[in-house]
Amino acid sequence: MNVETLSRIQFAFTVAFHYIFPPLTIGLGLLLVMMEGMWMATRDPLYHNMARFWTKMFGLIFGLGVATGIVLEFEFGTNWATYSRFVGDIFGSALAAEGIFAFFLESGFLAILLFGWDKVGPRLHFFATCMVALGAHFSAVWIIVANSWQQTPAGSHLEIAGKAVAPGHVFEAADLWHSRMVIDDFWGVVFNPSSMDRLGHTLVAAWLAGAFLVVSVAAYYLLRRRHVGFATASLKFGLVLAMVGSLLSLVTGHDSAAGVAANQPSKLAAMEGLWQTTAQAPLHPFGWVDSANQRTLGPAVPAALSLLVSGSAAHRVTGLDDIAPELRPPLQATFQFFHLMVVIGFSLIGLSLWGSWLWWRGKFADPGAPATAWFLRLAVPSVLLPQLANQAGWFTAEIGRQPWIVWGYLRTSEGLSAVVKANQVLASLVGFGLIYLLLFALFLFLLNRKIQHGPEPLEESDALPANWIKQSRA
Amino acid sequence: MDYNLLWFVVVGVLFSGYAVLDGFDLGVGTLILGIQDDTERRLFYNAIGPVWDGNEVWLVTGGGALFAAFPAVYGTVFSGFYLAFILLLFALIFRAVAIEFRSKEPWAWWRRWWDRGFFAGSTSAAMLIGVAMGNIVWGVPLDAKGEFAGTFLGLLHPYALLMGVTTVALFMMHGSIYLHLKTEGTLQARVRSWINPLIITFIICYSLTTLATLLYVPRMTLVLREQPALFAVVVLLVLAIANLPREIHRGRDWAAFLSSCVAMLLLMALFGLGMFPNMVYALPEPAHSLTIYNASSSVTTLKIMTLIAAIGVPIVLTYTVTVYYIFHGKVKLGKDSY
Repeated sequence: MNVETLSRIQFAFTVAFHYIFPPLTIGLGLLLVMMEGMWMATRDPLYHNMARFWTKMFGLIFGLGVATGIVLEFEFGTNWATYSRFVGDIFGSALAAEGIFAFFLESGFLAILLFGWDKVGPRLHFFATCMVALGAHFSAVWIIVANSWQQTPAGSHLEIAGKAVAPGHVFEAADLWHSRMVIDDFWGVVFNPSSMDRLGHTLVAAWLAGAFLVVSVAAYYLLRRRHVGFATASLKFGLVLAMVGSLLSLVTGHDSAAGVAANQPSKLAAMEGLWQTTAQAPLHPFGWVDSANQRTLGPAVPAALSLLVSGSAAHRVTGLDDIAPELRPPLQATFQFFHLMVVIGFSLIGLSLWGSWLWWRGKFADPGAPATAWFLRLAVPSVLLPQLANQAGWFTAEIGRQPWIVWGYLRTSEGLSAVVKANQVLASLVGFGLIYLLLFALFLFLLNRKIQHGPEPLEESDALPANWIKQSRA
Repeated sequence: MDYNLLWFVVVGVLFSGYAVLDGFDLGVGTLILGIQDDTERRLFYNAIGPVWDGNEVWLVTGGGALFAAFPAVYGTVFSGFYLAFILLLFALIFRAVAIEFRSKEPWAWWRRWWDRGFFAGSTSAAMLIGVAMGNIVWGVPLDAKGEFAGTFLGLLHPYALLMGVTTVALFMMHGSIYLHLKTEGTLQARVRSWINPLIITFIICYSLTTLATLLYVPRMTLVLREQPALFAVVVLLVLAIANLPREIHRGRDWAAFLSSCVAMLLLMALFGLGMFPNMVYALPEPAHSLTIYNASSSVTTLKIMTLIAAIGVPIVLTYTVTVYYIFHGKVKLGKDSY
């Protein structure tokens, strides 16, 4: 394999592995705020017990997120040096802002969240929990801004050897080293055409990851009749966020797709397997892209795609026939990942509705009732669904961006480090593979141990830090 | 002062912050195998427990600032030192998860292996950081486009290795002084017995490095010859290190730790003064060097970043100090501890 393929595999692998963890901390962080907030409001020790248990889970997940996240910051430089020089003016500032505004906030207050129960009072602890959750959300803001600018560059122009050049310029290899994007307008970069839609969609998808982790563990306890009070209450918190998140992900997903149609027509054509530019463009709920015969197999809903992206069936949607073959992304992968994400998105809405209905009918009081038990059995593995959807969504976004690394300006193949050889990347890729395999096994092992151990027994004197008891009884 | 100079200083401050803060927890990692008792080892872990990942954020932010302000340096150094940085990443991953996982299970074999991982990760991270700095001081083979023109093995020359060893010694000394601040009783007495030998080891390593620098990399000292007033930095550095045994002897642990921090900041200041205005000094043709002017982002970006830093840094410092204050005092094991 050549250095480009290996570098792409390595980046995809390291970023995909990392991305198991941040959505969990974003979603779980929000749930911790809800749980501890409920405790602040009601002083019911049950909520405090929940906050403590889920904080421990949070700590484990956060640790893995930190350990795997630092890799990515280095990897732009190690494997994509030409890209780094090309976009440093813009991408680098977003990363630096992420460090200053998000990571410091998260890690500073995380210390209080995890280790401060006995050191600070309940108000300051709750404040720390809120700041950790906020920091997790901020980190999404800056990295999504940076990535969205790659998808839909704005607020900047191209310079070769210090002279401005129009977009669409095809680089001579000799020019690459002194070409770069230069910022014109910071807010233009931040609010580039796709950043806000994609930010919203990514955040609610992250909420789903956290929500279904809680739903899944709670359902497991209920099926086993363990920690029933704790599990029922956790399940309800998880379901609230799951309901809100799954419906919002439908809305934000729709906005994102409409944005892709407007800004990245070749990506939309690949996502939907649309070969001909046409009004009344059809939508395939599922299918198979048959590139040899330039068609997409599977059922099609007439005009649905035109309607969805513009609100009008008469809207003409660009098909692959209007995109030069060398500017098309890999079609099958983009199509299938996109459809996988959509299918999972709808099943999560279904699960959330079902769970909410059971809750509304008071069915969680008896986990053994057949309807409830069936829901719980499905809820246990449901933790995997948002994870799969998150990965599939990002694979759609990033594979669909090909062949560009910066849309319309720089190709992925042009962004590599000139001096790094294939055998070096192979060595590091093997290293990452082995280390991450070990980490993942250990993570699952420890997560399972924590779940099996369960929350501490609910005795107020034991569950509350000594310095909080007087205040909570007062 | 122009924006390029300002950002040279800011990037320097961020990496100095990293050296001072993560320096002591990397040092604790190297020292972990110096004690055997499990409770005492847990006290070491928990001495850095609440702060180590915040400390690492200085590296992440320093890297981000380098990427943003001097993308050509970021690209050239990170791709040029490819295998070295990949090894550094592996080391940092290992020590992070070692801290996180180690005390989650009671088994002796489990803890023993994670302790070894913590030691190996921390020590090799310090070593690799030192080797990278040694190469930056020594000069790096660059072609006319500013691309790295050397090899991985070429980075492991004696001067760089000496700098690596010196960094390990520095972090061990700094770590032991931090541990002295955080421990009590017999464990503290044990730590105290390490401090003087570690100071002496560092002084030996640093003297050798300085001698080698004077002999083989005299350009690093040009600035001191041209601006004799800057020799004050050297004087202060020597005083700060000489002050360490004195403060420990007097039982002023905080003053000793601050003195150690100041010494590290002065070391970084000397490094920055010696390099200026180069960020990567090119061999064999110095004209190819990456400087704070030819390797920087546009002035617009530097201005925007200045605004971001002006807003962000005071906030960061406020809660960093707050967190350190909340967790000040001797480390105790509780049910939330590692």
